[in-house]
Amino acid sequence: MSARAPLSPNPSPPGGEGSALDAASPPPAGGRDRERGSTATTPPLLEVRGLTKHFPIRAGAIVEREVARVRAVDDVSFTVARGETLGLVGESGCGKSTTGRLVLRLIEPTAGTILFDGEDVTGLEGAALRRLRRSMQIVFQDPYGALNPRMTVEEIVVEPLVVQGGTTRADMGREARRLMDLVGLPAAHVTRHPHEFSGGQRQRIGIARAIACRPRFVVCDEAVSALDVSVQAQIVNLLQDLQKELGLSYLFIAHDLAVVRHISDRVAVMYLGNLVEVADKRTLYTAPRHPYPQALLAAVPVAHPRLRRTRPRLTGEVPSPLDPPPGCRFHRRCSLAEDVCRTEVPALRDLAPGHAVACHFAERTGGPPPAAA
Amino acid sequence: MTPPLLSAPLLSAPLLSVRDLTVTFRAEGRTQAAVDRVGFDVAAGEVLGIVGESGSGKSVTALAVMGLLPANGRVASGEILFEGTDLLRLPARKMRDLRGRRIGMIFQEPMTSLNPVFTIGDQIVETIVHHERLGRRAARERAVDMLARVGIPSARRRLDDYPHQMSGGMRQRVMIAMALACSPRLLLADEPTTALDVTIQAQLLDLLNDLRREFGMAVVVITHNMGVIAEFADRVAVFYAGRVAEEAPVEPLFDRPAHPYTRGLLASTPRLDADAERLVTIPGAMPNIAAPPPGCRFAPRCGVKVEACEADRPPLVAVGDGHRAACIRAGEAAA
Ligand SMILES: Nc1ncnc2c1ncn2[C@@H]1O[C@H](COP(=O)(O)OP(=O)(O)OP(=O)(O)O)[C@@H](O)[C@H]1O
Ligand SMILES: Nc1ncnc2c1ncn2[C@@H]1O[C@H](COP(=O)(O)OP(=O)(O)O)[C@@H](O)[C@H]1O
Ligand code: SF4
Ligand SMILES: [Mg+2]
Ligand SMILES: [Mg+2]
Repeated sequence: MSARAPLSPNPSPPGGEGSALDAASPPPAGGRDRERGSTATTPPLLEVRGLTKHFPIRAGAIVEREVARVRAVDDVSFTVARGETLGLVGESGCGKSTTGRLVLRLIEPTAGTILFDGEDVTGLEGAALRRLRRSMQIVFQDPYGALNPRMTVEEIVVEPLVVQGGTTRADMGREARRLMDLVGLPAAHVTRHPHEFSGGQRQRIGIARAIACRPRFVVCDEAVSALDVSVQAQIVNLLQDLQKELGLSYLFIAHDLAVVRHISDRVAVMYLGNLVEVADKRTLYTAPRHPYPQALLAAVPVAHPRLRRTRPRLTGEVPSPLDPPPGCRFHRRCSLAEDVCRTEVPALRDLAPGHAVACHFAERTGGPPPAAA
Repeated sequence: MTPPLLSAPLLSAPLLSVRDLTVTFRAEGRTQAAVDRVGFDVAAGEVLGIVGESGSGKSVTALAVMGLLPANGRVASGEILFEGTDLLRLPARKMRDLRGRRIGMIFQEPMTSLNPVFTIGDQIVETIVHHERLGRRAARERAVDMLARVGIPSARRRLDDYPHQMSGGMRQRVMIAMALACSPRLLLADEPTTALDVTIQAQLLDLLNDLRREFGMAVVVITHNMGVIAEFADRVAVFYAGRVAEEAPVEPLFDRPAHPYTRGLLASTPRLDADAERLVTIPGAMPNIAAPPPGCRFAPRCGVKVEACEADRPPLVAVGDGHRAACIRAGEAAA
């Protein structure tokens, strides 16, 4: 699948809702809630329920038939509040990117519901889907692969607006320079091409492009993972500044647990297509209750040589999502596993308000926190 | 108590001593120095960590030590002494023999160094037979041993697997098994865990630690991850734009970083065990080595630079026991 495709939906006549450029700046976090005002408790900006994606594997000489399915995402539920950052972590292949793409409606779910701003958007099509796309954007890991080398930076950052139509050339130029300024690049560089920029600068271009339509929700899929620490810190700060300024909500996907702690309000941990623990970041990093996040945190290298210690290590590797273990998907690597774990899938249940854990023995897994506060 | 700046007496001569190494590349008709008068020592059994951002010259240095520079690169000056012999003067045949037998190497992406059309068993056996007077059958037994030693389950059966049939973590283990098959004195590991998940990274670092104790080999581990350094290194060389910015035993480096770049690097790394309101950043980016700034290469990003910084290259000066920094303000800063 092309990484560029999702950001370039087929051009179509504007849906009559006016140009993005005419719209006032998006309201600060929480602003929209008051407009809606119909319910006493405002719905979260994003809510997914039972989200599932199985990729069929087909084979057959004459008639293709499904021979297996990759259970990439299975029965995942979570919310993201207005102005909030939800971190999503887990090992390679556990389903983080697939979750992000499902939420953005870039791929079709096998099952489940996606509510955006209280509206069921799971089945949206055509103009309504394009309208949704303006509110939800994505920033990718690879600043190189995600930017068209033949386009100028101006063409790249305003492309999402061009696609929507209704904007004049002069508007475009002005808008491109405004976006460059927002992400900390010299506005005069709009006529340059991507290869003339460093990795960190290219990531800024990718961010400018993502916020061009004034979205309310942005998926950052390993958006800072390929950058050197000194540059990574600059981009993390930029994402946080833009969040405050524009009232954005983020789903921040990454495998670096320290970066996720820094940027997130709450964190969800994924293992083999399932969420195994969701909590506010302090709880998750200082008192996780699922054995998997506990082991994951213990595996992170220490921050200072004097903190070196021998720790119990998670053995083996993540099993294949083609044939996930029955019961709890973690049971083969879990030191607490008992018979029930091999047969019964543990539900994600609230251990305390805002702290959900999918482990049959979550009540017993307390103990010394793997990382001090 | 200032340490001698010249090399230690012959008795405790380092296993590897890189001195004043300069590596240049010809690209687009111009010659540029990717590594500019770099030096460091590695003692027997010691783990030296080389840390720095991408493009700082870490891999080029390792390739120069191995005699594996690409065709457009060459060592313009310097010495690479291994067990007292200058590798740069060694005939190609002798260098080939040394590689794999006395010096092992593992790379970041094992797929590029494992041959996809041979089974992993054949590849390990080939390495052993090439370097030692050992029959194929005995070499095969050694290969099974090594695979088991690096934690590959059912090692005998996996011998007939092709690289693509294994996961990234398994391939990296195979690379380690192959690098260690002839019990080298020195292992060069270039970003050995960068492509791996943190749980697999932890398993591999534990494994390297065990093996190094068991075989008493020295390791040069190249990484851009300060955590890997904190976890694994005895001593550290911090590279910046093709030069050594700072060199120190691992604890003083974390406790009293003397070079402004090292301090920035440590401060901008987000922590797993603490919350910060905002990350500290180093402004700008590493300079392009085709057009490096005059004087200190960090000067354009440095918060404490003075006029003199832009005049001459700051020499490495001692700021503590075995601790040196290439900054004219290092003395004041460390105080
Ligand atoms: N189009 C597809 N067809 C078949 N399988 C797929 C497809 N896309 C993803 N998968 C599989 O789904 C699983 C989850 O993939 P996903 O890309 O979401 O993982 P991830 O958590 O983002 O991993 P990483 O950290 O490596 O980016 C993997 O096993 C992957 O191979
Ligand atoms: N074959 C080559 N031709 C030209 N320049 C090269 C070549 N290999 C590396 N370089 C340059 O040398 C510098 C150091 O690269 P390298 O040692 O690979 O950095 P790293 O510290 O990331 O390992 C970089 O500027 C890189 O572009
Ligand atoms: S020599 Fe000068 S510019 Fe370089 S790091 Fe030291 S103070 Fe900064
Ligand atoms: Mg992914
Ligand atoms: Mg490298």
